[in-house]
Amino acid sequence: MNPIEVITEYWPRLLDGTIMTIKLTFLGAFIAALVSPGLALVRAYSNSFAQAPLRLYISFMRGTPILAQLFLIYYGSGQFRPILQEWGLWTFFRDPFNCALLAFALNSTAYQTEILRGGIMGVAQGEVEAARAIGMSRIKTLRRVVFPHAYRIAWPALGNEIILLMKASALASVVTVFDIMGRTRQVFSRTFDFSIYLWAAIIYLCITAMFVILWRQAELRLSPHIEPRPRPRTAMQPAKEPRA
Amino acid sequence: MLDLFAYGDAGWGDEILQGLAITIQLAIATLPVGLVLGFMAAFASLSRLWPLRALGFGYTTVMRGLPEILTLFVVYNGAGLLLNMAVKWWNPEASGTDFSPFAAGVIALGLVFGAYAGEVLRGAFQSLDNGQVEAGRAIGMSKSQIFRRIQLPQVWRFALPGLGNLWINMLKDTALVSVIALDDLMRMTKVAVGVTKQPFTFYLVACLLYWAMCVLSEVVLARMERRANRGVRRAA
Repeated sequence: MNPIEVITEYWPRLLDGTIMTIKLTFLGAFIAALVSPGLALVRAYSNSFAQAPLRLYISFMRGTPILAQLFLIYYGSGQFRPILQEWGLWTFFRDPFNCALLAFALNSTAYQTEILRGGIMGVAQGEVEAARAIGMSRIKTLRRVVFPHAYRIAWPALGNEIILLMKASALASVVTVFDIMGRTRQVFSRTFDFSIYLWAAIIYLCITAMFVILWRQAELRLSPHIEPRPRPRTAMQPAKEPRA
Repeated sequence: MLDLFAYGDAGWGDEILQGLAITIQLAIATLPVGLVLGFMAAFASLSRLWPLRALGFGYTTVMRGLPEILTLFVVYNGAGLLLNMAVKWWNPEASGTDFSPFAAGVIALGLVFGAYAGEVLRGAFQSLDNGQVEAGRAIGMSKSQIFRRIQLPQVWRFALPGLGNLWINMLKDTALVSVIALDDLMRMTKVAVGVTKQPFTFYLVACLLYWAMCVLSEVVLARMERRANRGVRRAA
């Protein structure tokens, strides 16, 4: 079979896989985006004693392979089957999609929290003081001053994190979720035609490219008042490389 | 509980440590491959010739956009097919040979590491002060002398934090090779789970081992950074 025949015959499967990959990535990123602002506030403002469990969680999530986290949830839940059944949670953990989603959401929460914390810390103290001075309450200050600016600072890094999550979602194929990678392996095991991998690579690159464009558009919308111009570097302000 | 991890026939301690050794070997074998690829990619993207620049840009962009597991499968299956074709061409009677999963792991992880390292190193080369290179030329240093004595020591300093992150990512990505049947830490854990039926316990131990490796790497990297930055005045 030539590469064209492969794609004409198997495109419905790949499309199916593409939808699954997008679903998994965006649901995971979305759940993490709901949880991470609160955690980032804790990381930025609370005392180190209250932060300890959060730091442990973030360090664990960043220091272990996602594959291991996925196995810990998907296979590991089997060890507690009787308890989970009693609580009615077993139907959730039995489904590989749910486990993959949970693993990705937990993982992405850790990364997004750290990124947002960086954004919150990057908001100039004077802005917060100004907001307080004109009588904004703490919550109002957060909502109108701190978070809008923090998100603007964190936006590119958040985009990178979502791309990393999209790439990591290919791991779900290992626990039999039929995303792009899962479909590709399925087709390969049937046809032994290598070109299916190249088609999968093209799909992943297209998703990434489209996402990058959309994210960039959203960034321009987020900061309409900031003109996109390259800032001249002077000797007084050396470029700072952010540590990933 | 602890006897599950006993050393010897009774427990799984020795098997898991063997897997850990394979994981560490794989990571250490990949590092030079990835660094060489990274330097090549950085030189290519900084080259004056546009085909080389295009090649460098294409390599780093494509590799960073693909899931690592896809790269691994492409290398494992693709290189296997190529190898078989080459063997058949060389000697039509030969039976199919298998591509070693370890080699596939080194190549795939090296390619990924190289793509990210290329970007890190390019940034490091670009942040060098051009006046220093000119000064080197002015006192009559050759190109390779300038590279070795002026550029490399500083590129090292600029690139170390980025390369350190890449090392930690690569260490974690080694877990993927368990999928192509290399007996690394992840796979030995899976074997142990199959026998003992204690998945949570064993995967938790595997996670803790990876975690320990990452934390240890971070400590060592922080020391290396401090050493690389000795003699640099800190901005107040």
